[in-house]
Amino acid sequence: MLWLACPRCGRRPLEEFTFGGERRAVPDWITDPDERDFDEVWIFENPDGITTERWFHAAGCRRWLTVRRDTSTDTVLGVVP
Amino acid sequence: MTEFIENLAPIRWHEPKSSYDVVIVGGGGHGLATAYYLATRHGITNVAVLEADYIASGNTGRNTTIIRANYGIPEAVRFYQHSLEMYQALEAETGAAILHQTKGIFWLAHTEMAMRTERARCLVNTACGAKTVMVTPAELKEMVPQVDLSGAGRYPVLGASHHREGATARHDRVAWAYAAGASQRGVHVVEHTPVTGLLRDGDRVVGIQTAQGSIAAGVVLSAVGGRVTKMAAHAGVRLPVRTHPLHAFVTNDYQQGFGPILASTELSCYVSQTERGQMLIGAEFDSQPSYSRQSSYAALRSYSHKMTRFLPFLRDLRILRTWAGICDISADYSPIMGATGVDGFLVTTGWGTWGFKAIPAGGEGMAELIATGRPSALIAPFGLDRFRRDHVLADQGSAGTR
Repeated sequence: MLWLACPRCGRRPLEEFTFGGERRAVPDWITDPDERDFDEVWIFENPDGITTERWFHAAGCRRWLTVRRDTSTDTVLGVVP
Repeated sequence: MTEFIENLAPIRWHEPKSSYDVVIVGGGGHGLATAYYLATRHGITNVAVLEADYIASGNTGRNTTIIRANYGIPEAVRFYQHSLEMYQALEAETGAAILHQTKGIFWLAHTEMAMRTERARCLVNTACGAKTVMVTPAELKEMVPQVDLSGAGRYPVLGASHHREGATARHDRVAWAYAAGASQRGVHVVEHTPVTGLLRDGDRVVGIQTAQGSIAAGVVLSAVGGRVTKMAAHAGVRLPVRTHPLHAFVTNDYQQGFGPILASTELSCYVSQTERGQMLIGAEFDSQPSYSRQSSYAALRSYSHKMTRFLPFLRDLRILRTWAGICDISADYSPIMGATGVDGFLVTTGWGTWGFKAIPAGGEGMAELIATGRPSALIAPFGLDRFRRDHVLADQGSAGTR
């Protein structure tokens, strides 16, 4: 079971949260505006390692959190501001 | 493991050469089937299949072995129906015992909304050549006496779609059959050789790198499951793919016997009986992407809770063995097959939780694409360029998962 320390509700099981997708910026080397739009809509970085993502505390404070997680081990590293 | 497979399947093992016409990265079902059809249908045998671990060690050997074509969009129904028919003929074609069994699949509907979805599924399936009909709860009860039509009071069964040609086959034996057939015709199947990078000449991909050295290739096909994002990045290709773990488990022996495959799309779970008598249960993948193959207690608890709603006899069984695979889920829940925009580099990916059933047709399609340079009508809609053309094949409701 994965747990997440919600800054408002304390340590809660991850089942209370809804995954909201990876938080990422379109890479700077993509310069064409249409290409940037395409990348933003369709592409995932999908890293095998540490990633930053959004989670919604659906069964708690009902606020969005930004979470750091290691996808190679599925370990939550913590909530970041 | 290799020694075990060697004794079972007549696979010839080779040391890799320094150059091939075609190098396929990934010795799972899709990679091996592509090599097999390149050799048998097109006479192209200067081919290597490189597998990082042992063959079928990835998702080919981890899925719940269900073969079905009851999809919701015409492109998918045609493709998977062709694959289902190829599976029916696979034992005769390869001479290998893949333990193919036609069982029929019931997809339960618990709400009026789901009933409408299943009725629409039957219409699309019938129009595109798949055999799917609606059955009433009474008919379902007659064919599957174990089912609790009240769904434990929470998920009442209002009806079901019955996909009569739904089947199962022994997954690793499918991979071994293709490996044996391909290697006997001169294809090199090489295990324990991870591909660490791609060789590029300008914009072209001209080979692959391994820890033992590099191998030149006319065409490189990525048939990687799980780490395809990284493989594609070596060629500068960005994919609309996320990698999620999917868990499954088997129970101990259920001696009464359970003939069909049962699934609920609303609960996203499915159950069948293996040839050893174990009940094999899978459900939806984890909502968060991960490359971890660790089984999670939360998933087992959730699957068990769902399945016992309409199959109460499962409460008397114990979980015997659990495992997980990592699935490449494409943005529209349909596979991605074909060109990548980079010369010399093709992909067959996005197989998510629906790859095993597609192994014969996917392999045949990729082999034809490599041999002729043109995608067949069956696989053409599944090209990577569909996202740019705004022709996505959104069919999440037929993936049996979410």
